[in-house]
Amino acid sequence: MATPANLPVPDGIDLESLEFSLRRPRSLFSYVMSVLTGLATIAALFPLVSVLYMLVEKGTQSLSMGAFTQLPPAAMTTGGGVGNAIVGTIVIVALATIISVPVGILAAIYITEFGPETYTAAAVRFAAKVLTGLPSILAGVFAFAVVVVATGGFSAPAGAVALALLMLPTILLTAEEAIKRVPPRMREAAVGMGATPTQVVSKVVVPTALPGILTGVMLAVARAAGETAPLLFTALFSDFWISRTFPQFLPKILGDLMKPTASLAVIIYNFSGSPFENQIALAWTAALILVILVLIVNVAGQVLARRTANR
Amino acid sequence: MSSTADATHHPAAKGPVFAAVESDISRAPTAIELVSDRIFRSATRIIAWLCVFLVFYVVVSIARVAMPAVHTYGTSFLTSTTWDANRGQLGILPAIVGTMYSSLLGLFIGSAFGLAIALFLSEGFLSQALDALMEWMGVAQRPFWAAVPAYVEDVLKVTIELLAAIPSVVYGLWGIFVIIPLIRPPADWLYNHLGWIPLFGTPLSGPGLFPASVVLAIMVLPTISAISRDALSAVPPKMREAAFGIGATRWEAILAIFIPTAATGIFGAIILGFGRALGETMALAMLAGNANVISWSVFSPANTLAALLANKFPEADSREVGALMYAALVLLGITLLVNVVGTLILQRADASLKGLR
Repeated sequence: MATPANLPVPDGIDLESLEFSLRRPRSLFSYVMSVLTGLATIAALFPLVSVLYMLVEKGTQSLSMGAFTQLPPAAMTTGGGVGNAIVGTIVIVALATIISVPVGILAAIYITEFGPETYTAAAVRFAAKVLTGLPSILAGVFAFAVVVVATGGFSAPAGAVALALLMLPTILLTAEEAIKRVPPRMREAAVGMGATPTQVVSKVVVPTALPGILTGVMLAVARAAGETAPLLFTALFSDFWISRTFPQFLPKILGDLMKPTASLAVIIYNFSGSPFENQIALAWTAALILVILVLIVNVAGQVLARRTANR
Repeated sequence: MSSTADATHHPAAKGPVFAAVESDISRAPTAIELVSDRIFRSATRIIAWLCVFLVFYVVVSIARVAMPAVHTYGTSFLTSTTWDANRGQLGILPAIVGTMYSSLLGLFIGSAFGLAIALFLSEGFLSQALDALMEWMGVAQRPFWAAVPAYVEDVLKVTIELLAAIPSVVYGLWGIFVIIPLIRPPADWLYNHLGWIPLFGTPLSGPGLFPASVVLAIMVLPTISAISRDALSAVPPKMREAAFGIGATRWEAILAIFIPTAATGIFGAIILGFGRALGETMALAMLAGNANVISWSVFSPANTLAALLANKFPEADSREVGALMYAALVLLGITLLVNVVGTLILQRADASLKGLR
């Protein structure tokens, strides 16, 4: 090792021993571990690449207009689609959103604006964290015990209750974070103008925090759309349309909603174990459609979050 | 402030300039507004309590539907190993063992990779490698190329997060058609050559514990890597500099300084991942093999509580449904226990680390 000639080397120090060299065990160990870490990271990307590749490769095989408009096929036939499952997923997730969004946002408003230091707020935060750790299948068991047993049958609203329970903590906790980020001076200005606390919240705080709240809603929707286990206990599955008769037969739609309802996630599960080629191919198509739906909502939510953070 | 208020009450006194200030809202609230304010505030409070009540309601209603089965089967349900609805013999010991085994195995694989990714992203491995590459290509100083490492790191972070966005049923489908065929040759080799080790004691006949654990690992990996990365980035820079200043190699610093300092966060991440793995259903229902077997072998088919529920429920009669509700209650108990214990350990570890910060 070339030492600068004008620097005195202290006695007892061997500069050679401080040099980075792969012949030294400790340097070699460090180098090998670094390479292994890099390889592990690259290996971890394999599943995502492989999943997306398989979805495109296998999912496009039976992707056609019929996949969106037709009913699930019987074994060994050609054609058929997942139209009723797409409608079912949208209906169940929409119902779940209608249930969970008001509850989540109002609770978040209470724990940030009206009683941030109270026991209630601490209890709500704790409850939300407990619900975050609740396995999704238990949300299904809950909805089965509360809605299915009470109404006497599997139905879309039962599925919506299960999904709403899973969406609630995400919506509540992200809304809390979003509301906390609203600058205090905006609230103070509103109070100074003579606004009541309710007006401060509805005219200043919520509009300002809205993009952040929407991000949470979208992430929750994206998660709920892919949930399968709770639906096995609540909405089950159906080979038929919900109902295509529109408003004049509103009671019929409501009646049909109270029957088992198809969903993309459950059709993937049902057809994945099928021995028939056409049903397996359709499972991949359903998976492709589901992943595209989920990724669009998810990415939109994250873009919204990033835009809010920049503001 | 006071001049504005005056202007509002007596616009003429200050001249017409301030008339514009008079708006719908810069005045004292009316009685109706005060009443609706009261109502709205009480409403949010009631909703907030509703959320707390909901947790109890979930626990109570699952316990209520499970009660008849709890009375019928008692504790032998937890220790019996057969599930035969026709003969009325129902037991979930294999499912409990399978839940623990698959979760721990998946957690072990997922933690190793998750931690590697967290280190890779937080310790600047990637930017250094890219910097070296660009130096070699002679473009490192150009404005466009200098921004590339940060950009690639961002893309990598988003990509890892996307792993969490893919529904578990899609991972299950992928596992059936990709993972099982992929690991069958090495699994057969291990069984043929190292079959005397209990871990490899059975051949892989399609679905099994190991493919299920691999998919579990992929599903807990984003959680573990994201939280560990935050914990590692929070290590104070002075400790970093001190470690390198006394001549530690990169991995001596990582193993002796960074990981111990960030241990709380990493441990918290692993506990959260464990909670997720315990309750994961679809991937296991599709990949674990749905067989009530207790075996050391990682290639043996197995069952888990959640997979048992998902597989048996759709075609269960009312007595079997009762037993499944009992199994759900057991699963609820285990996940609650893990989450509460994890939170407590985290709090204690947090308190003991306070002096360092």
